[in-house]
Amino acid sequence: MTKFKNQVLVCAGTGCRASQSENIVQNLIRSIDENGLEDEVQVVRTGCFGFCEKGPIVKMMPDNTFYVHVSPDDASELVSEHLVKGRKVDRLLYTDPETHKKITDSKHMGFYKKQIRIALRNCGFVNPEDIDEYIAHDGYQALGKILSEMTPEEVIDILKKSGLRGRGGGGFPTGLKWELTRKVEADQKYVVCNADEGDPGAFMDRSILEGDPHTVLEAMAINGYCTGASKGLIYIRAEYPLAIERLKIAIDQAREYGLLGENIFGTDFSFDIELRYGAGAFVCGEETALIHSMEGLRGEPTVKPPFPSKSGYKGKPTNVNNVETYANVPVIILKGADWFASIGTEKSKGTKVFALAGKVNNVGLIEVPMGTTLREVIFDIGGGIKGGKKFKAVQTGGPSGGCLTEKHLDIPIDYDNLIASGSMMGSGGMIVMDEDDCMVSVAKFYLDFTVEESCGKCAPCRIGNKRLYEILDTITQGKGTEEDLFKLRNLGNVIKDTSLCGLGQTSPNPVLSTMENFYDEYLAHVKDHKCPSGQCKALMQYIINADACVGCTLCARVCPVDAISGEKKMPHEIDQDVCIKCGACMEKCKFGAIFIQ
Amino acid sequence: MGKVKSLSDLKKMREELQSKITLREKRGHPEEMVQVKVAMATCSIASGAKETMDYIVNELDNRAIDAVVTHTGCMGFCYAEPTIEVILPGEEPVIFGYVDTKKAQEIIEKYIQGGELVDGIIPVTYETIDDHNKE
Ligand SMILES: Cc1cc2nc3c(=O)[nH]c(=O)nc-3n(C[C@H](O)[C@H](O)[C@H](O)COP(=O)(O)O)c2cc1C
Ligand code: SF4
Repeated sequence: MTKFKNQVLVCAGTGCRASQSENIVQNLIRSIDENGLEDEVQVVRTGCFGFCEKGPIVKMMPDNTFYVHVSPDDASELVSEHLVKGRKVDRLLYTDPETHKKITDSKHMGFYKKQIRIALRNCGFVNPEDIDEYIAHDGYQALGKILSEMTPEEVIDILKKSGLRGRGGGGFPTGLKWELTRKVEADQKYVVCNADEGDPGAFMDRSILEGDPHTVLEAMAINGYCTGASKGLIYIRAEYPLAIERLKIAIDQAREYGLLGENIFGTDFSFDIELRYGAGAFVCGEETALIHSMEGLRGEPTVKPPFPSKSGYKGKPTNVNNVETYANVPVIILKGADWFASIGTEKSKGTKVFALAGKVNNVGLIEVPMGTTLREVIFDIGGGIKGGKKFKAVQTGGPSGGCLTEKHLDIPIDYDNLIASGSMMGSGGMIVMDEDDCMVSVAKFYLDFTVEESCGKCAPCRIGNKRLYEILDTITQGKGTEEDLFKLRNLGNVIKDTSLCGLGQTSPNPVLSTMENFYDEYLAHVKDHKCPSGQCKALMQYIINADACVGCTLCARVCPVDAISGEKKMPHEIDQDVCIKCGACMEKCKFGAIFIQ
Repeated sequence: MGKVKSLSDLKKMREELQSKITLREKRGHPEEMVQVKVAMATCSIASGAKETMDYIVNELDNRAIDAVVTHTGCMGFCYAEPTIEVILPGEEPVIFGYVDTKKAQEIIEKYIQGGELVDGIIPVTYETIDDHNKE
């Protein structure tokens, strides 16, 4: 029913637009008109193809030909050759970096896609409130298969061979964890899903639960069969009402179909799942604190060992896994360990979902194979830095992670490489920063978060982090000394070494990693009392350029604290001791006479 | 539907459901209706996906277009919410971004009724598990 015979798709994503894609569109339209093709060919602007490094990108439909680095001057040739004569324009085709061959046939046009959706395979495809759609997409087949055809040991073996590691942060091998829980003898065991997701900026677990709740239920039941548990609990924060709603619907539907409950698939395996709500404390994402919170106790961590696999919920063996970890399980069982292990790096298999946020053009939820570089994530999939600014750093691992910089951009992302670079995988938040971000303030932001979220049980974390925060605050106020930098590093290391749980053990990371990578910036704050990116309010001064000021008095009138004085028609002046740095004067000045130093 | 009692039960059910529900696998069958999927995750709703969905349902009704409108999870293009996917009978699915009611109207009028693409298509930037297998 398509009206046009051909369509020309031109990327109008922010990256390509910056490189003149709008001119390409105009030239194409003109050329198409000149060739009298306006009733046959339509030019359409599209969003980002996620391959910005090769932009601007033009794709021909219906034959799927993909042209890269197209310039406005190429438009007429594309029309006269490709559209009129039906010949591909060789020089604009993409060259495969490995084979050095031009890619011409439409069967191999997936090359520019840097993402593979495994954990997110059903998100955005199925209706999450309809179990039928999940079943039509192979849902519950993995559960059916293992219950009818496999022993728990065989299933665990597949997981071990697949190389799946925990996606909740630590990266512990999932198959091994299941085996540990399986091996403990007990009359009752529990399967727990950690859906606390407390990292600021992370939302992948929420998206999986909202988009594909049945996957998690199915995987938990599979876990129950393997570990010998008949009861599952999902610990989810009450701030996720939509995810909770969809989980409830999913649980009801699964029970109705007999996919949860007694004698599933006519076997003697019984399994049911309940929800437990968290109040949104970050520390309750830590597995021991999470378990205590579910028991109705204070959400405080306890020392490991004993690990939950031995003594967890109500003192019984408990297997705790993250939402995304579970989401991988059914596919691994259906597609096999080898398939999964073929994706990723040597020690980190499969994919990782990241919540890409901050100063990138394409903020979004992405899923890339392990081993993808930060550069590909930020500049191709993410479409580069907003407003054409310069990339400065990226924080991975949330408040427990660290800042990575320019020099880390080409490192393949996996658990071990991130740790070696001074950060960590964490749950998958990825916050991109540009040249305007002050790294001392960034560290302070995360510290503020940990101070707020520390449970207070142990002294290094409760008191130490508060002190770290105070030192950072002094520095951003311009009152820091070089000695403070020394203290920061010392105290940070002590907190890491002596805290009870993972929260305290990682909370100094943002400070330590920014000090490592941006020491000059710290020095500028304490030595010159300057903030190089102009973010620290206390360190900036609004100054009136006497040559440009005409003495209109407008600034003096808008200043809320009367910090500006001067005769009419004479240059004005700002009293720095009174100024509160609100910027109202600069905004109002019609002559651009006020600047920040 | 009754309880699933065995794996073969489930397999049978899957076959039935696959042919019953209008799904991507069935692309190409002429009797099929227009399908619209609206991403409806927290971020989509915050950007107005509910209004978009209501508008689409009403507008398709007003124009007497035979269509199924369903909601789905996050498509990953959070920067371009609300996002919708439209599948015309016999055509590849197409995703559109920034679909407010105005854009929705344009999509219905030009794409769904006229078969003409409109600006704002979002190219699918990922491989599915099935794509990956084919390599
Ligand atoms: C302070 C802190 C917060 C945590 N928050 C989460 C969380 O929100 N979600 C999560 O899955 N794991 C979180 N974890 C990790 C869990 O303790 C645990 O390792 C994880 O749920 C195990 O699942 P996995 O093996 O599937 O990753 C957190 C750990 C710490 C120390
Ligand atoms: S490290 Fe912090 S969060 Fe963890 S137990 Fe100690 S005080 Fe509580």
